[in-house]
Amino acid sequence: MMAQTTPQRSGLLAIIKKEFARFFTDRRMVLTTLLLPGLMIYLVYSFIGSAMGSMFTVDEDYAPTIYAVNLPASVQPMMEGADLSVTPVTEAEAEDVKQQIADKEADLLIVFPADFDEAVTGELGGGGVNSVNGVDGSDGSGSSGVGGSSASAAQNPPQVEIYYNSTRVESSTMLNVTTGILDAYKYSLAPLFSVNTAEGGYDLATEQDSAGFLLASLLPMVMMIVLFSGCMAIAPESVAGEKERGTIATMLITPLKRSELALGKVLSIAFISLLSGTSSFIGLLLSLPRMLGDTAASGTETLLYGVPDYLMLLAVTFATVLLFVGLISIISAFARSVKEAGTYVTPLMIVVMLIGVLGMFSQSAQDNLLYYLIPVYNSVQCMVSVFSFTANPPYVAVAVVENLLLTGLCIVLLTRMFNNEKIIFSR
Amino acid sequence: MQEILRVEGLSKTFRLSTKQQRLERTHAKTRVAVDRLSFSAYKGEIFGLLGPNGAGKTTTLRMLATLIKPDSGDATIDGFSIRTQPGQVRARIGFLTSELKLEEFFTPRYLFDFFSALHNIDLQLVAQRRESLFARFGIDEFAEVKVSELSTGMKQKASLAISLVHDPDILIFDEPTNGLDVITAKVVTDYLAELRGGGKTIILSTHIFSLVEKLCDRVGIIIEGRMAIAGTLAEVSPQRSLEDTFFDLYVSTTGEVA
Repeated sequence: MMAQTTPQRSGLLAIIKKEFARFFTDRRMVLTTLLLPGLMIYLVYSFIGSAMGSMFTVDEDYAPTIYAVNLPASVQPMMEGADLSVTPVTEAEAEDVKQQIADKEADLLIVFPADFDEAVTGELGGGGVNSVNGVDGSDGSGSSGVGGSSASAAQNPPQVEIYYNSTRVESSTMLNVTTGILDAYKYSLAPLFSVNTAEGGYDLATEQDSAGFLLASLLPMVMMIVLFSGCMAIAPESVAGEKERGTIATMLITPLKRSELALGKVLSIAFISLLSGTSSFIGLLLSLPRMLGDTAASGTETLLYGVPDYLMLLAVTFATVLLFVGLISIISAFARSVKEAGTYVTPLMIVVMLIGVLGMFSQSAQDNLLYYLIPVYNSVQCMVSVFSFTANPPYVAVAVVENLLLTGLCIVLLTRMFNNEKIIFSR
Repeated sequence: MQEILRVEGLSKTFRLSTKQQRLERTHAKTRVAVDRLSFSAYKGEIFGLLGPNGAGKTTTLRMLATLIKPDSGDATIDGFSIRTQPGQVRARIGFLTSELKLEEFFTPRYLFDFFSALHNIDLQLVAQRRESLFARFGIDEFAEVKVSELSTGMKQKASLAISLVHDPDILIFDEPTNGLDVITAKVVTDYLAELRGGGKTIILSTHIFSLVEKLCDRVGIIIEGRMAIAGTLAEVSPQRSLEDTFFDLYVSTTGEVA
């Protein structure tokens, strides 16, 4: 009477088909787990990117309010040359200006000594730095020798004081500009030595390296979080939800094997989670240019990951998602409701996030097989190594295989849980 | 008479949680839900398990349906043990209880096909059975309506149809008329009688005397997890109402009517 044809394949397939039908024919679920994550990440990261950009840069046509006491005739043209208009104030007005800077109404106050020009040129007129020391030494301090000369030189040079407000980006920027101008002036007066004054070319990192460095520090964390939240959006609903609604027991009274149910659920949830993760990932890639600023973004275009890199990344992502789904499914099977499952999964989520952040700070991948044996952390390690072009394929393979084995273990455990009446009928 | 179900010394003890202990004002850590229960059912009959709430009816039926495992004892259905051959048992029984729900998101038609796939039934046969069962219960009009949008009665009828996808020889039915309106209840009881006419065996649990008197060929009265008496209606309750017999038994077993 009973048709004895390969029941195993049929049950597994039926479960997977049902999970897909449940997901893909539900417009609300498709919208919230496939479209929204990508869109949200794109919008939020673009916003953060442009907000961060405007936080640390000053508009090109910004007109700073700079005040100066005793602005020397020699410095004025230099400031004007840099398109900075300086308003002269008296020493009496200076206190007022300082208050304005504190209140973020003005940017900078530069206080020169009254005889700045005379002092700097006068000392130079003495015939170089050494002669300055000679003049200083003659004022009766009585010091002589090398040590004494430097001490006395520190006492006498005219002091320029620049007041600024470090919490105002415009103010800090003007401080840097002004200090640069004065430094250049100082160097022109006494060219002792200079550092990196040419137009650039000192940073020997290739564009590819710096872009890879940025991605390696940023992406693993983001990917871990994105992948985990993808699983989190689907797995508790599919496992704890079915238990809560009493629909899982209906399947358990059919000849369906518990292992087919566990495997079918993990596979289909993992597939949907991957789609959700892909959506987030596309959102992230699209927002990257704004997130990293122009220079880094142009660097990402030169990023040439080879086919092996992509394959390794793909394998790591797959194995990671499968492990996540396995873990979340087991936790969800313990829970009596979707809500409870969410509560139970939260600690795991925090751990995954922390491990992701750890990857962000470790920056370069560890060259020790042991690190590739720690679950979850090994995924981060693999991603860091692939993004920074230092991947070691055997290590990546070890991590992937280990994650797959652990997923298998999760499925075995889940099967046993589906067999356990205390789990299925817990109230 | 061919014995199709044999229950021998079936026992099940539950551990009580602290919350349950408080609710039931007891310090006992465990409760015996089913206590060495034995009975038989024969092919083509309706066997009723009658008893008050908490007597162990649902637990017994769940054990027979292989959803939970007995602590001791065993039962064989069509010769297959519920302990050692649960897969074979599941292929031969249909189990229906209000606690087993259909996924609300799907339509009766989808669910019928899904459960047919789980039972590994030939596609042509599925279409044929679906058509006749849906027509029999008036589900055909609602075949493409999500379960969540069906009325309670229609949901129950859809559940009944879906529990029959594999045309089981034995139907286990926990409180078949609970929560149903009178019309749907009649549809269900009529159908059970019809199934019996077709040679199927039905095991049902209930606390409604009239249902047993109207429908069952044989009855077993369960009180506090034990089978107080079992047999045909005439054997169990000769020349008096089943209700009177039950209360006499109840008082003599527990010593009181709470």
